[in-house]
Amino acid sequence: MVVLASVLGVFDISLDKLSNGELWLAQFFRGLSDGATYASVALALVMIYKSTGFINFAQGSLALLGVYLAYIFSVEQGLPVALAVACAMVASAVVAAFIERVFIRPFPPDHVLPLVIVTLGLLLIIDSAVGIVWGFRTRSLPSMFPSGAPIEWGIAQLTWRTIGNLGTVFAVVGLLYLLLSRTKVGLAFRAVSSNLESARLVGIRVGPTLGFGWALAAAIGTLGGALVVPDLLLEPSIMLRVLIFSLAAAALGGLDSLVGAVIGGLVVGLARNLLVTFLDLSELALATAVAVILVVLLVRPTGLFGSTTVERV
Amino acid sequence: MSTVYLEVAGLKAAYGDIQVLHGIDFSVDEGQIAVILGANGAGKTTTLRALCAMVSTEGSIRLAGEELAGHRTADIVRRGVAHVPQGRGTFPELSVEENLMAGAYVRSDAEVRADIKQWYETFPVLGERRTQAAGSLSGGEQQMLAIARALMLRPSLLLLDEPSLGLAPMITRALFEQLTAINADAGTTMLVVEQNAALALGVADVAYVLEAGEMALSGPADELAADDNVRRAYLGY
Repeated sequence: MVVLASVLGVFDISLDKLSNGELWLAQFFRGLSDGATYASVALALVMIYKSTGFINFAQGSLALLGVYLAYIFSVEQGLPVALAVACAMVASAVVAAFIERVFIRPFPPDHVLPLVIVTLGLLLIIDSAVGIVWGFRTRSLPSMFPSGAPIEWGIAQLTWRTIGNLGTVFAVVGLLYLLLSRTKVGLAFRAVSSNLESARLVGIRVGPTLGFGWALAAAIGTLGGALVVPDLLLEPSIMLRVLIFSLAAAALGGLDSLVGAVIGGLVVGLARNLLVTFLDLSELALATAVAVILVVLLVRPTGLFGSTTVERV
Repeated sequence: MSTVYLEVAGLKAAYGDIQVLHGIDFSVDEGQIAVILGANGAGKTTTLRALCAMVSTEGSIRLAGEELAGHRTADIVRRGVAHVPQGRGTFPELSVEENLMAGAYVRSDAEVRADIKQWYETFPVLGERRTQAAGSLSGGEQQMLAIARALMLRPSLLLLDEPSLGLAPMITRALFEQLTAINADAGTTMLVVEQNAALALGVADVAYVLEAGEMALSGPADELAADDNVRRAYLGY
């Protein structure tokens, strides 16, 4: 008992909190909401990883750019938020396709290291450019979903925003699944990721296929950003923090699994909210993401749903 | 006299600074099977890769009179050139059926499904494993899949790089029987690089011998098979 009490003391855990069912439920809902936003950016990471075999560190920055565009379209130009986000998704897809053509395609797609360095450089350039153009003042972007909560239980609220975030993520993963498994461009996409040389030999134009992947991932990332930002505030470093949680989500899910990215996102979102609330670790919120990445790499490097390559020799 | 389908003149190819082909000439008539023999490192694989623009080349490659040199791989494929690369020519993560669909990537006609069915009849083991990941197939099954994948293009010219590599002798013989049958049925022109010289010379109409990036010998396959030098160097008797 003494030991237990001292452990609880170190972490400042109060039994009142732990036995508060409403608080658990409230944090559960919050975790789902956060998790959905991490999942949506993780989906963008997974899309690029699936096709190219590397993590695009500029993914968060493209989403950042997209969210600023959504801000311009909605708050400054007066478009309805959902329409503004849709326009921003298209615009960020065009920018991503341009970036892929100019900065990525000159490098051979099977040499991963130079490409990773390029995406790190793009991250710094885009984040700084956003800061230069729009400044470092925080802004707020309204949510696409109505405020209020259809289900309330004391302090625990299942808000429209949580429902909307979850619904959006499930819709995105469903559409991506259909695109990859049922369409010709999806087949080309998977063929390129499976065997670059054979993909060329069946007549697939590898460059445009990868460019399409970049555009699609940027649009998904922008949508993810538009889900995240209403909970926080818009400023140039916002997506960097989200990117770390999304990386943890993608790593947990297995990097090449769409469903894994969603489940990974939800788990990371829940873990973050529960740990922060019950262990009072708000300073260590980012560390939980890094801890997830570390544990996954140590225990199960392929993640929960990642494919272990089946190859007979 | 049949018409020349593939005509290569002064073909050079290099990987970076290393020149592999030093200007070779050869041709394949329409509907023929040609074989390229040669020791390891003679440039056989490079010759096939050069035809598909997968290595930097100089010289002329004419297919049915049209120049291919300078075109990209994806465009050469669209002119009906299918290439089965050495070893793994499949998409290991895709299912058998998806591999065949990918083979028909540049086709937009309505007969893709029928062709898939036809290759399942030719290679029944592929039909049994249609939903399995290609990477889980055995070496011989993967080679069949790679060839069926290439034929899904309905190619006018099929390039085969060491189709017998790693296969049991019985499977290799069956494979070559299939290839000659396809050649007879569809009139597909074929260019085969093969270590198993006896087998290859048995099915080929015309043969070429590459030595250190130069064309050392050429002629009808049966004449080369009777040539003392070829017999000593490649047939071993």
